[in-house]
Amino acid sequence: MTVYFLCFMLFGIGIYCILAKANIVKKIIGFGISEYAINLFFILLGYRVKSEAPILVKDGSAVNFVDPLPQALILTSIVIGLGITALMVALAIRLYEKYGTFDISKMRSLKG
Amino acid sequence: MLVFNIVLVLMIIGAIIAMEIKDLLSSVIALGAVGMGLSLQFLLLKAPDLAITQLVVEILVLVILIRATIGRNIEKEYPKNKFRYLISGLIFLILFLWFGIKALNDLPKFGSALMNMGSRYIAEAKDKTSAVNVVSAIILDFRGYDTLGEVTILFASVLGVLSVLRMTKVKKRIDK
Repeated sequence: MTVYFLCFMLFGIGIYCILAKANIVKKIIGFGISEYAINLFFILLGYRVKSEAPILVKDGSAVNFVDPLPQALILTSIVIGLGITALMVALAIRLYEKYGTFDISKMRSLKG
Repeated sequence: MLVFNIVLVLMIIGAIIAMEIKDLLSSVIALGAVGMGLSLQFLLLKAPDLAITQLVVEILVLVILIRATIGRNIEKEYPKNKFRYLISGLIFLILFLWFGIKALNDLPKFGSALMNMGSRYIAEAKDKTSAVNVVSAIILDFRGYDTLGEVTILFASVLGVLSVLRMTKVKKRIDK
């Protein structure tokens, strides 16, 4: 059970980094950290003690595997996370070129 | 069981360093260290496909983030209203942990997965798809439409990056 709580702590650190930091790159980093925590949580849910990776061996006896379904879904999630990060970094570069800073409190035009 | 906790504590330390360090480039590299720890964790949790993918994606994210931070003038963050954010963050964390404890009581204990769907996939993977790796059998065959959606999202994000970054070039050309 301790593993789950440490995983939640990692998620909380990511959320705090998104909320409290003014720098856009720090916000992107916080997003990445919380995403790692979520991915890890699903893999932790599918783990079984004293088991093997879900790859069938030659004699075909499926003995004791970890759950392959969360692994397949998180494989999709990791690749989508790469796309999201690339898009956020592109927007950050664009904002830097327009305002000359990464600090979100100095971008006056964004305040409604 | 202990080794998962140790790697996770190291990842948490890396995340705190990435959050609190002033230099942006060092922060990005600390995020890379967290990603490598995650890859190691996947390997320990018997998920080798995920470990390889996480390694590749982590290197790509590192390259993209370094491209964003390098050469930009890095200014010091001056502390302002940190206390308010700390209080709200702590309240959020306590609430989240409380609901997490409530939810974890309904889940199976760590190390004993239920495998309602997973055992069926394992049993049918060899006969239906003739793929040895069950994970690739699921993503390419049983859940092929999920992978189609993934590729669509990836393509859309590449289109978004191109359209956002290309505007600056067009504008610079007009300025000249």
